[in-house]
Amino acid sequence: MIPLLQALVLRPLLTAMIALRALRRNALRSILTALGIIIGVASVVAMVAVGNGARDKIQGEVAALGQNILLVFPGSKRSAGVNAGMGTAASITLQDTEAVRREVRDIAGLSPEVWTSAQAIASGRNWSTTISGVDPEYISVRDWPVARGAMFTERDVRSAAKVAVIGSKTANELFGAINPIGQTVRINNIPFIITGQLSSKGAGLGGDNQDDRLVLPYTTVMKRLTGEKTVKLLNIKITSADRMETAQAQIRALLRQRHRTPAADPDDFNILNQKEIAEKVASITGIITLMLGAIASMSLLVGGIGIMNIMLVSVTERTREIGIRMAVGAQGSAILLQFLIEAVTLSLLGGTLGVLGGMGTAHAIGKVANFQPVVTADSVILAFSVSCAIGIFFGFYPARKASQLDPIDALRYE
Amino acid sequence: MSSPIIQLDRTARVYRTGDVDVHAVRSVSLNIQRGEFVAIMGSSGSGKSTLMNILGCLDRATAGAYHLDGVNISSLTRRQLATLRNRKLGFVFQNFNLLSRTTALENVELPMFYRKPLMALRSQRQRAMQALERVGLADRLHHRPNQLSGGQQQRIAIARALVNEPELVLADEPTGNLDTRTSIDIMGLFQELNDSGITIVMVTHELDIASYCKRMVIMRDGNVISDTPTTHRRMADEERARLNEAERDASLDSPP
Ligand SMILES: Nc1ncnc2c1ncn2[C@@H]1O[C@H](COP(=O)(O)OP(=O)(O)OP(=O)(O)O)[C@@H](O)[C@H]1O
Ligand SMILES: [Mg+2]
Repeated sequence: MIPLLQALVLRPLLTAMIALRALRRNALRSILTALGIIIGVASVVAMVAVGNGARDKIQGEVAALGQNILLVFPGSKRSAGVNAGMGTAASITLQDTEAVRREVRDIAGLSPEVWTSAQAIASGRNWSTTISGVDPEYISVRDWPVARGAMFTERDVRSAAKVAVIGSKTANELFGAINPIGQTVRINNIPFIITGQLSSKGAGLGGDNQDDRLVLPYTTVMKRLTGEKTVKLLNIKITSADRMETAQAQIRALLRQRHRTPAADPDDFNILNQKEIAEKVASITGIITLMLGAIASMSLLVGGIGIMNIMLVSVTERTREIGIRMAVGAQGSAILLQFLIEAVTLSLLGGTLGVLGGMGTAHAIGKVANFQPVVTADSVILAFSVSCAIGIFFGFYPARKASQLDPIDALRYE
Repeated sequence: MSSPIIQLDRTARVYRTGDVDVHAVRSVSLNIQRGEFVAIMGSSGSGKSTLMNILGCLDRATAGAYHLDGVNISSLTRRQLATLRNRKLGFVFQNFNLLSRTTALENVELPMFYRKPLMALRSQRQRAMQALERVGLADRLHHRPNQLSGGQQQRIAIARALVNEPELVLADEPTGNLDTRTSIDIMGLFQELNDSGITIVMVTHELDIASYCKRMVIMRDGNVISDTPTTHRRMADEERARLNEAERDASLDSPP
């Protein structure tokens, strides 16, 4: 028991002490040697954090679409895997919208959506913004409540009323601190009364700020602003996650039937399922994270070679010391352990500083980018174990070389 | 009579450098008993250091046998030799061979670091301090070698050789780099150690240094050519007193 304790704990600990002393004596060189590992680990940690942060942000945006959402875009043909781009052809009419609402089961809410951009003028201020036309159900479909005032009503839709709900950023730009409710905003010289203000939602999937918009009844936008007869998007909320697939199939069948699409032809619309989007996004960001990590790992490898190089120099420089230690009875294994621990200490030192540096870098990136990198525990643990492994791997050859020196040759070495 | 601590039987060491064989030690047969104090002398290149390295288990003989304390050295592994050096032998070198950026105390602790089983750190420190006290360096524990004189460095080396209580101390020209007075001090120290029962074998070029020992072995061309007890043995105390006197006389004689 005692000898085992000595062999496994005490002796390595004492050896680590010697190694630390040796490293401290050459502090500058130790730091420079560890620099390779520091940079390597820092870039791995930072890159993985950036990848994770980007993924979290995009996933957040996907979640921000609302729960159990299907998005139906007109016109895009998914032929031979090439996506011609959504909304490139106008093919979903208001009659289609009503048919879906009437005939598809398990729909919890539905809102057509049209949009355009325009100059909005209020209280002498001028602001270019997005004009969305939706149904009152839109706010429940997208889980996007109004912060103050109220959403416009079904009646406003039927009468194509000149009312608007304002996004928080637009409200800020046009009215500043003034309460926008009841105020008038002019679009194309038409006055609209503001009935409500949406809660803040942040950047959308395309990176645009979703809070910078004016939301009007879709009828108002179509009749008074754009003159369009078709919708650009159907937001459909399904009652529960397990009904998504059947609902999607029903909508598809219904639209194909209404559009009289021949059986052999592809859809002239495109249905996006929130889950699919999330999965697609996850796989893309996963690949990006992996690539960033792989590039960063290269610098870890270079760092490891740096350690090997310095350890080889160190063994040569300290040949006499090795000879002295052997003369007083150090076994080869003790010398091996000493140099191995020195290498591992160096690489762990580099690992620690690297993790700190990586966290700092991630933090700094978070300051300038519009998302927050996420340093995860497993990337830190991975970085540590990899740097430890690098120490052992690249330290082994020099350490073995030291341990196999002949005591006499080592003592005589000049 | 107990068996000799060192038994050399036609021991030889040949260095093979390229095509030429150098017979550094040709054939040495020598017995050294416990408690002996042996000086090995001889001209440069006669094979003294080579023989010492073999005695110290740092090198192996290429022919003949070497028994240390009854153990046949040629049958031992590298590992066993290291253990042997650690527990039975102490080395003192001409160039001290101390770890340069390490304190006196840590240098002396070094052999205990490789001792098995490990002693408690506190008793290691204590023993190292005792050894340094024994060589008269109790007040230099935390000095590094480059902050000490040659004589003081050699004392550290001797303390290091003693700390694991070896049976045999091997010294290769321990006074080679020291002045007369310091050499006398070091030899005095060896005489004390020898009186306490430690066997000492040392190499020296100087006859007056050798005459502090009890037995003189002279080598030439890798062979022992003479092996005699010291006739007029010097004692360090007397020599020191004589030196003091001589110096006093010299300073009296010199013109003011
Ligand atoms: N590593 C070696 N390789 C080849 N020859 C060597 C080696 N070491 C010693 N020799 C040779 O062996 C012979 C004896 O050398 P050794 O060092 O034992 O002499 P020495 O008696 O200690 O001399 P000195 O008094 O000068 O120290 C010399 O001729 C030397 O050249
Ligand atoms: Mg010599």
